[in-house]
Amino acid sequence: MEHTSSYEPKSSFAKWWDDRLPVARLMHGQFVDFPTPRNLNYLWTFGGILTFCLAAQIVTGIVLAMHYQPSAHEAFNSVEAIRRDVNYGWMIRNFHAVGASMFFIAVYIHIFRGLYYGSYKAPREVLWIIGVIIFLVMMATAFMGYALPWGQMSFWGVTVITNLFSSLNEIIPGVGTAVVEWLWGGYSVSGTTLNRFFSLHYLLPFVLAGLVILHIWALHVAGQNNPTGLDIKTKADAVPMYPYAVAKDAVGMFAFLLLFAWFVFFLPDYLGHADNYIEANPLVTPPHIVPEWYFLPFYAILRAIPSKLGGVTAMFAAIAVLVFVPWLDTSRVRSAKYRPLYKWFFWLLVISCLGLGYLGAKPPEGAYVIWSRIFTVYYFVHFLLVMPIIGLIETPKPLPKSISASVLPSGGGGAPHGAAAAPETR
Amino acid sequence: MRLMKNASLATLAFMIGAALASSGQAADGGHAHIERQTWSFGGFTGQYDQAQLQRGFQIYKDSCAFCHGLKRVRFRNLAEPGGPQFPEDAVKALAQSWPNKVTDGPDDQGKMFEREPKPFDPILGPYKNDNEARASQNGALPPDLSLIAKARNVEYTGTWWAHPFSMLRDIATSYQEGGPDYIYALLTGYEEPPADFTLAEGMQYNKAFPGHQIAMPPPIAKDSFIKYQDGSGSMEQNARDIAAFLAWAGDPSLNTRKATGWLVMLYLLVTTLLLYAGKRVIWSKIPH
Repeated sequence: MEHTSSYEPKSSFAKWWDDRLPVARLMHGQFVDFPTPRNLNYLWTFGGILTFCLAAQIVTGIVLAMHYQPSAHEAFNSVEAIRRDVNYGWMIRNFHAVGASMFFIAVYIHIFRGLYYGSYKAPREVLWIIGVIIFLVMMATAFMGYALPWGQMSFWGVTVITNLFSSLNEIIPGVGTAVVEWLWGGYSVSGTTLNRFFSLHYLLPFVLAGLVILHIWALHVAGQNNPTGLDIKTKADAVPMYPYAVAKDAVGMFAFLLLFAWFVFFLPDYLGHADNYIEANPLVTPPHIVPEWYFLPFYAILRAIPSKLGGVTAMFAAIAVLVFVPWLDTSRVRSAKYRPLYKWFFWLLVISCLGLGYLGAKPPEGAYVIWSRIFTVYYFVHFLLVMPIIGLIETPKPLPKSISASVLPSGGGGAPHGAAAAPETR
Repeated sequence: MRLMKNASLATLAFMIGAALASSGQAADGGHAHIERQTWSFGGFTGQYDQAQLQRGFQIYKDSCAFCHGLKRVRFRNLAEPGGPQFPEDAVKALAQSWPNKVTDGPDDQGKMFEREPKPFDPILGPYKNDNEARASQNGALPPDLSLIAKARNVEYTGTWWAHPFSMLRDIATSYQEGGPDYIYALLTGYEEPPADFTLAEGMQYNKAFPGHQIAMPPPIAKDSFIKYQDGSGSMEQNARDIAAFLAWAGDPSLNTRKATGWLVMLYLLVTTLLLYAGKRVIWSKIPH
């Protein structure tokens, strides 16, 4: 969607600057008068919420890093010192720890919103794939961050997950062991491992920030999808980002902050594991090693497969399959709102993912394993079979003529309702 | 309107679920079922009870401290607001008379020496290291208690379908007292082992401890507990007070945290409502 910024410099300095580095013009064009579909619902506020989450994690993380000591001897002590002795350290630390969970809550809602409304379909394939990469880097960052307090779950989580790479031994003997020792920086998980995790945990958020800029760039080339899945065809289909979308984003963000603050101030440890308040001890294995809640669905997939290499492959495939979704979905209609059959399968996928999340926290025995397998099979069947087949056999419901036709009382395709109906022409 | 209907439906579903969840939990009288206790610092309005923390410290000093350290708490913390808040002079005197000395040094001669603790020093247990502790405790290690209330939790024991509702209820009521609940259950959980249960030598039976075999002998009992300054006391009261004290030791900023939390929630709520009103006004100018 071609869109020219309506920016007009107001002072002679602004004009001077605009001739040399038109950054204000760029921002104005992309975030002030950028046309947004007029029918966006609150699920579309999660993009802004996620940007906030990343920024908040970076800011709180930088402050924490001023007090944190990435060594096997001092990591746990320094986190306790932050909780007890640093002024408002407890708040910063809770904000960062809870922030990771909030980031994932928001990203999961964002991903499922994209899946429901077909936001991955042409011309948004690259936008979607960058999103998948962001998700993957986020997971790596969160995993390394969870290692840093150097509690029992940190240590044993790192041990279990890094050991997954030893399954490469099943392909070429010795390679897995070599990779794992290379990751550890030694022959076991140690302070060296912690140190490099800290280094990467500080680096990756900035990589994420770069990816987010690409994500937004790709978004602003294709334009936003919307609940109808239709493209913006006329001016009446869109409203300028400011004030309309911004006002709605602000409401969504503050409502989300209410949930965020509830956990920071009243439930700071609810989303973590009590064992992480025990200092890491290589000689004592916790009875149940579980990852943080946001990894549980993938952990369940890992353990559903009876072979180690198979489990690891399935776990990574569960993310990799998302890359191909734009081409696996054969439907000509984007939004599941108009896909009576596919809608049911979408909710089946949601149930499978929630089920896998529940099972990931359970010991791998009896009925838990059976259900993990059922949901794992459905997860892959959904993407590899359901998406291509339903798209071919389903008859979609009739689509509205345009975005504006779907929301305007006249049902007309963009007859202006006085001056206000086309506010972008102000 | 639709939003309100959805909200009320969600509330209704939540309440039914919460009711089911509590009945589901009650039905399961399983192996290590741990009763939830009422704590002054529980929920989203809770704050520590200063008198209880003072009594709790007395129990720590007169019972736990013979084996367990409290190394992440410093004597000065005992005088700080939001805790037992003993008078500063009392804390200074307490530090000086603490039986477990601080190893300091090296001195001018290059030798390490022992000295009396000062208010800025950690509250140390009797053992210099884990090996010394194990050697004198028959191989068992008495853990440091600074974080014990944070490092223990109560497992959900109800049915699987009631679990999400139980979680929602805990989130809505901000239940974070699994640690103190467990400590209370442990300290009051010593009993005779069932006939078919074989105890290893030197172990005690405890119904709250995972696996039911615990090396720690009962520190308090029905007929042997610590009397408070006013002469009152009971095993249950002792257990409750020490659990509360250890909750504070693990989370000394709870009072400030919750008080700040309410201001933050109020600010966010008002701002959200204002933004929502603003959004309605802005969007009312265009049909959508």
